[in-house]
Amino acid sequence: MRPATITCQDIVLYIAAIIMTIPSIALFGVMIPVLSLIGQGIGYLPAVIALLLYSQLPIIRNTYTAISNIDPALREAARGMGMSSLERLRQVEIPLAVPVIMAGVRIAVVINIGIAAIATYIGAGGLGAFISRGISQTDSRQLITGALAVSLLAIAADYLLLWLQHRLTPVGIRTTRLRTARRSIETGAAA
Amino acid sequence: MIRLENLTKAFDTPAGTVIAADRINLEVGGGEICVLLGPSGCGKTTTLKMINRLIEPTSGKIYIDGKDTDRQDPVELRRTIGYVIQQIGLFPNMTVEENICVVPKLLGWDLDKARERASELLATINLEPALFLKRYPKELSGGQQQRVGVARALAADPPVLLMDEPFGAIDPINREVIQDEFLKMHRRLKKTVMFVSHDIDEAVKMADKVAIFRAGKLEQFASPDEILAHPANTFIADFVGTDRTLKRLRLIRVGDALEPRAPTLVDNDSVERVRELMREHGQKIMVVVDAVGRPQGYLDRDVVASRPGTAADHRAALPATVRVDDDLRTAVSRMFMHDVRWMACVDRDGVFAGFVSQRGITRLLGETYRDPTKRAN
Repeated sequence: MRPATITCQDIVLYIAAIIMTIPSIALFGVMIPVLSLIGQGIGYLPAVIALLLYSQLPIIRNTYTAISNIDPALREAARGMGMSSLERLRQVEIPLAVPVIMAGVRIAVVINIGIAAIATYIGAGGLGAFISRGISQTDSRQLITGALAVSLLAIAADYLLLWLQHRLTPVGIRTTRLRTARRSIETGAAA
Repeated sequence: MIRLENLTKAFDTPAGTVIAADRINLEVGGGEICVLLGPSGCGKTTTLKMINRLIEPTSGKIYIDGKDTDRQDPVELRRTIGYVIQQIGLFPNMTVEENICVVPKLLGWDLDKARERASELLATINLEPALFLKRYPKELSGGQQQRVGVARALAADPPVLLMDEPFGAIDPINREVIQDEFLKMHRRLKKTVMFVSHDIDEAVKMADKVAIFRAGKLEQFASPDEILAHPANTFIADFVGTDRTLKRLRLIRVGDALEPRAPTLVDNDSVERVRELMREHGQKIMVVVDAVGRPQGYLDRDVVASRPGTAADHRAALPATVRVDDDLRTAVSRMFMHDVRWMACVDRDGVFAGFVSQRGITRLLGETYRDPTKRAN
């Protein structure tokens, strides 16, 4: 039974989850007065900060889930054989957690590409600029160009990271084909 | 080699304090296998895990080779104690070789030496090194995985091995095979083994000493034969089963129950000579052997009483034989199967070594019950 006290892991996960619920456009709005104090109310800096904040939850949550879901028998075997907790983490827990951690990174990257497009409204530029101009000028060519570019970038980034995830996964737990790997990892990440 | 002194573990749970191990005292000699036996929740696993300090004792002392384990760093201590668990726990991200090399690497062995050790160990557990070293655990069967688990525990040649129901998850046929392999290996390596089990048959087969636990208390600590013949209380008597005397059959080799070596006949002994020998030795039955001493058949006194010819003309085939290194259970089982009261025994080379008889076995098993120094139960 887990004690009813609030632990460090709860606090971190709660904060990350709360950040995730803030609409990006509202977060940009909040950051304008705060960052104006250092003369960076709009533009590059608030965009980067927002992207950093939004990528926290998927990565933290997946990493935490992956490490805590490691078969307790493996942990016991590692402990019983005389691994220190650092050796256990490096030799057993992280290698086994790689697929789920990388799945978190992929989710974060895809979310970030979407949010980066919105950041154009606080003057951060980028592909979102086509979309916002397309809307304001009712120019469907610019709108579609922007939307397609953002989507293609997201898909390409996701596939690149999937390939990386496959490469980083230890051979012993790798499913033989990239396609089946993708399916099992996605169901794993969804669970 | 391993000595537990007043070893106690109390767990604090929401329902109050639970004493998982209550002042356990026992001592296991070097090279012995001690089986910790009992129903689930009796404290046997807790006791085992206190030895390598996966669980810290509440009070009491553990000495390994005279050294107090409290004075050692737990991580260092565990590297000198082999550990095998029921779930096996091979690291799926590592090959068989890497799994076996874990402890040697932690101890800072030279990589080549560790690898050499891994292939040497694989050979001893009957897995072809060339085939298995580079495989991953998921490519092995359950039995193969547990063999590798044992090899991994032995990698750094620790003097002590802790095994927590190591063969519990393996199917009965493979379990017997792995148990036999393990015993064979143990006879060679002479490790001190603490072995948790809930299976009395496994305990009888493996153990030099059996420690029976109930509700955190050590109820009896004795040799398997002692426990089967003289259970200390009704709990143990129930636990070891009403067929406990039959279980003792497993503990005795045919060779130890052999009747004094009987004289033998050869094929061209004449009937007259046979009769004379039978009279001389007071035998009703004699075995006919060939030139190197392998049994060919037997002659009954009634058959040769009034007929002419030689032993070869009258000998009847032996229904079955047992080997001297079989256990008595095998012998008795064969006697029942062939409906005979005695059997000829042969040694490793098939040479006749003597008889076992149902009467002799009964007498042998009964000795301990007639001993007035032992309580009747």
